[in-house]
Amino acid sequence: MALLTYVEAIRQGIWEEMERDPSVFLLGEDIGVYGGAFKVTAGMLERFGEDRVIDTPISESAIVGAAIGAALMGMRPVVEMQFMDFIACGFDQIVNMAAKLHYRWGPAVPIVIRGPSGAGVHGGPYHSQSNEMWFVHTPGLKVVAPATAYDAKGLVKAAIRDDNPVIFFEHKFLYRRIKEEVPEQDYVVPIGKAAVRREGTDIAVITYGAMVWTALDAARELEKEGLSLEVVDLRSLLPYDEETVLASVRKCSKVILLHEDTRTGGMAGELAALIAEKAFEDLDGPIIRVTAPDTPVPFSPPLEEYFLPNAQKLAAAARKLAAY
Amino acid sequence: MKSTPPAKGSKRGIKPDAATLARMLYYLTLTRESELRLEQVLYRQGKIVGGVYVGRGQEAIGVGAALAMRPGDVTLPCHRDFSVFVIRGFSLADIFANWLARGDTPTRGRDNTLHIGDLNLGVIPIISPLGATLPVACGVGLVLKQRGKGNVVLTHFGEGTTSLGDVHEAMNLAAVMKLPVIFICNNNQFAYSTPTEKQYAVKSLALRGPAYGMPGERVDGCDVLAVYDAVGRAAARARAGKGPSLLECLTLRMAGHSAHDAAEYVPEKLKLAWAKKDPIQRLEKFLLARKIMTKQQIEELHKRVHQEIDAAVAQAEARPLPRGEEAVEGVYCGPDCWWERREVRPQK
Repeated sequence: MALLTYVEAIRQGIWEEMERDPSVFLLGEDIGVYGGAFKVTAGMLERFGEDRVIDTPISESAIVGAAIGAALMGMRPVVEMQFMDFIACGFDQIVNMAAKLHYRWGPAVPIVIRGPSGAGVHGGPYHSQSNEMWFVHTPGLKVVAPATAYDAKGLVKAAIRDDNPVIFFEHKFLYRRIKEEVPEQDYVVPIGKAAVRREGTDIAVITYGAMVWTALDAARELEKEGLSLEVVDLRSLLPYDEETVLASVRKCSKVILLHEDTRTGGMAGELAALIAEKAFEDLDGPIIRVTAPDTPVPFSPPLEEYFLPNAQKLAAAARKLAAY
Repeated sequence: MKSTPPAKGSKRGIKPDAATLARMLYYLTLTRESELRLEQVLYRQGKIVGGVYVGRGQEAIGVGAALAMRPGDVTLPCHRDFSVFVIRGFSLADIFANWLARGDTPTRGRDNTLHIGDLNLGVIPIISPLGATLPVACGVGLVLKQRGKGNVVLTHFGEGTTSLGDVHEAMNLAAVMKLPVIFICNNNQFAYSTPTEKQYAVKSLALRGPAYGMPGERVDGCDVLAVYDAVGRAAARARAGKGPSLLECLTLRMAGHSAHDAAEYVPEKLKLAWAKKDPIQRLEKFLLARKIMTKQQIEELHKRVHQEIDAAVAQAEARPLPRGEEAVEGVYCGPDCWWERREVRPQK
């Protein structure tokens, strides 16, 4: 075991997969000589060489397309988006090429596209987005968003071993802020399974990414008031763990859906529909969403603070729902 | 319209032998007659589902390029490159069946026209957002380069497609990384209704080659021997580690953008001028003049081709449509892969 930060855990996961499987290789901007903007790939060029750690021009579309071509030839490329905001530059390749090849003529496209997403670092509109739903809405892709260092390592390994295109959303706010004992040996966290981070009885809070920690903070505060929150970390958004979500809802009878992503078209809407369809009889109150508002992510700290959900906003919503 | 001289360091004049020449005529004829059958018979009979796109007049590009390939090479043909699919080994029946939306096809009914692919045949198909295959070709080239067996990848696209960002990203990437990619542009002068004057301002698309750091050559796209030679030389450069090339093959789109398009925007004078450059007539003339084939042999070839097409169409029409429930299968690749679970298809 070693005490690793979230970003170190991702690095270790990728490193182990590079050692384990010679078909794994990396493409991205500044990942080789520089070791990556967030140092995720530090040391990898020296260890694995420039055939396997490729510094590319600034061409997200070509990088993703090239990864797809390499995957069709039997490789397992891992593409870094310097910031997941720039994934939009490669959108066509992801949703029209990668997502649809297997369905249309049968080949595997085992690519991983990974990078830092999320807000809370005063990054402004183009370094702070949560763009997961663009891809959750695209059949043929898998979408993963770990919230812990342990999961970050286990899920990046699972993503690399998956024969489908996986979009791997790392949360930049968590990169160096969370540390955990992470096993140094090989382990995989399965895609498609949620994790109950905190058991509770009164309200189920379903969330992912950095908001998992926000929910845990709120839960600790509310416990003092006698309100018991169960916190479910989705970990995977596509496919997502219906069973665990519904079990928590049925257990608590009240649910808050929490995400840093903007409101309309967010994961909370998808889950709200699922819960209304399949757990209607088990609900003792309306399905509540706590999300960012429908705006781009603003830059100036007071604006960003207003924009982002936090423990206080979640606690207020929980108290209100508890009283219903 | 002049062809540009071959790039520096290239051997001049790759000449095909008699057997290859005969194959060229066979594939040109098969392509022309198959597409006529599709566009002017099956489509008019209402048997084709969706649009029909043909490459009439441009057949020399696919034939010349595909015949210049070696085992282990990979190609990404587009919708006007019917011949490439046949040359690489797709059965005529499979191709017709895909047009007819049958379930037992290389796409199992999931995609239409020539969006068919098979990694065993070294064929990766387009997606409708044309140009997206060029970066994919770069990825293929990257792997081929690393494997070090001297293989190359060909990627076909039209002049209209060159206005897309992906084309520029791909050309830049291929040149920077010295990838063995042959960029084959079919400049048939019209992208749907858009003529070249509205598509690009550069005098010749071949100039974009050096602009990205690779040789660019203009080729008579109606001369199968010129295409075969140009692709062969580009491939030789790539196999020797000298990186990518751009070939601008000039043709005229002799049919509409698709079967429903009467293409009245193409000036009649232009059509008449380019009809004189017809690639099949030119090759037949060449073969007869050099006594490589006789008139009778050519007539027999035509007969054979028609019989082949008749048989393929009949076979394709006999195949059933897919069952509706299949629509939700095979979205994801996994240990229990739907694509692999299907029973063996009927004989070609």
